[in-house]
Amino acid sequence: MSEEKLPGRVAIPEGGARGGWRALGGGVLVPQARLSGPTPWVIAIMVALTVIAVATGLVLRNIANAAAQDVAGGVTVQIIEAQAPKRQAQARAAVRALGAVPGVVSARLVPQGEVDDLLTPWLGAGGADQDLVPVPALIDVRLDGPAGPARVAALRAAVARVAPAGRVDAQSGWLAPVFEAMDSLRWLAMAMVALLAAALAAAVLLSTRSALGAHRATIEIVHNLGGTDSQIARIFQRSIGIDAALGSAAGLAAGLAAVLGLGSRFGALGAGLIAGGALGPVDWLVLALVPVAAVVLAVLTARVAVLAALRKLL
Amino acid sequence: MSGASGEIARFDNVGLRYGQDAEVLSDIGFSLHAGHFYFLTGASGAGKSSLLRMLYLAQRPSRGVISLFGTDAITLPRDRLPAFRRRIGVVYQDYRLVPHLSAFDNVALPLRLAGMPEREVAQPVLDMLEWVGLADRMHARPATLSGGEQQRVAIARAVIGRPELLVADEPTGNVDPEMAVKLLRLFEALNRLGTTVVVATHDLHLLKKLPDSLIMRLDKGRLSDPTGALRYPPRRHFPVESGQ
Repeated sequence: MSEEKLPGRVAIPEGGARGGWRALGGGVLVPQARLSGPTPWVIAIMVALTVIAVATGLVLRNIANAAAQDVAGGVTVQIIEAQAPKRQAQARAAVRALGAVPGVVSARLVPQGEVDDLLTPWLGAGGADQDLVPVPALIDVRLDGPAGPARVAALRAAVARVAPAGRVDAQSGWLAPVFEAMDSLRWLAMAMVALLAAALAAAVLLSTRSALGAHRATIEIVHNLGGTDSQIARIFQRSIGIDAALGSAAGLAAGLAAVLGLGSRFGALGAGLIAGGALGPVDWLVLALVPVAAVVLAVLTARVAVLAALRKLL
Repeated sequence: MSGASGEIARFDNVGLRYGQDAEVLSDIGFSLHAGHFYFLTGASGAGKSSLLRMLYLAQRPSRGVISLFGTDAITLPRDRLPAFRRRIGVVYQDYRLVPHLSAFDNVALPLRLAGMPEREVAQPVLDMLEWVGLADRMHARPATLSGGEQQRVAIARAVIGRPELLVADEPTGNVDPEMAVKLLRLFEALNRLGTTVVVATHDLHLLKKLPDSLIMRLDKGRLSDPTGALRYPPRRHFPVESGQ
């Protein structure tokens, strides 16, 4: 040791490093377990479940929107008359009367063949014997806008004048319980996303606290050497950010695999309400943003946790 | 010693308690003057480490006033504390090197924390390692260094920013007597260059090595020589500290 020859004074900048980890030289100040630790895997599971929940919510929204557009301007008129000649006469009169109502784009008497097709699942391929099982005549009415109560009332009045056996129903009214059920499922999906985000934040909080505990001595050293709270927080933010990025990528892959698998299964059903639920480009973009949001949430949670812990030090 | 007379630190009526327990330090009042070399003595458990922790801004007192470099350190905004800490070098009995960093990176840490550009870090760190005689061990991790080597790295880390105040808490507690004297010579050399040095120790033999140093003695949480004028061996005429 050369006690007398202390090296010259160095010019130390005021204010502290702003570059965080890089400014600290990139050394292993706080070593990380990475994929051998639990944090990335917990985040992966959370992100996978979130992707599935978000996808479910988007599919339900798409189904509801498509179905709502389909039936919004639709009205069905039934002529419920047991005697076939009278039923047909009233049906034709109703079609004429409906065509004269303002706002009606079309009023179509549904052919008997289509009615038989609709009833095939219940009555068999032969259809109904018109004498034994009288089936109402159906008129499919299309309006130029939504079938609100006032417009339905006007249609009822027009039908009542020429077809006493007529019954007018807005198609949206039939599907209202279905829409309500879909709304409930969408809220459930959103609640799941919120809960999963909270669980992700809690997992990151625990992980950060654990890391803070494990590296408390190093933190105190850095603190006493003049390290700022932000510098120390950035070290942990970076660490959690990398864990979250790794976990999110794995979670996104697993979540998308599940969504695509379920999509192909439901797609095979081919028709009905499900057909309108396909995910569009914007929906896929939303799913791709889930891991980004997870990383941002994890980093912010880590920062808040570290700064709160550091405030307990002087 | 430089002979400068500016006040570096001042404690007024400082008390410290942990939780609801009785005070571990009571009615502490003293001042440290620039360029002096102080020993803080006292038996184990007397409160030396607690006092030093308050001095290097790692512990807030329960009562009283602490001024550092002419500024009230108690009411100092939190975001200004790091800049003050960079003016104080700290050496611990247990070295407290970052175990995952090499000797070089440990010594470089204060410079990097201060935001020094990376291209300017290497030379002063090498110079400092040279000064403590460890240039050839710059890549070694702390676990592979002896106690004396670790403490020299810790000293290099503490003084690389050329602090105005160097605080050492039992720096020779874990090294052999020969190394203890060598470490003390490093502190003495630093002090000769103007740094105020405070060394806490219960080793009276060390005090004999620096007869011109000032001694503060802690006994059961109270400072028995708040002027720091006591010398070892005692002199007939004590120097008068301004403001005391």
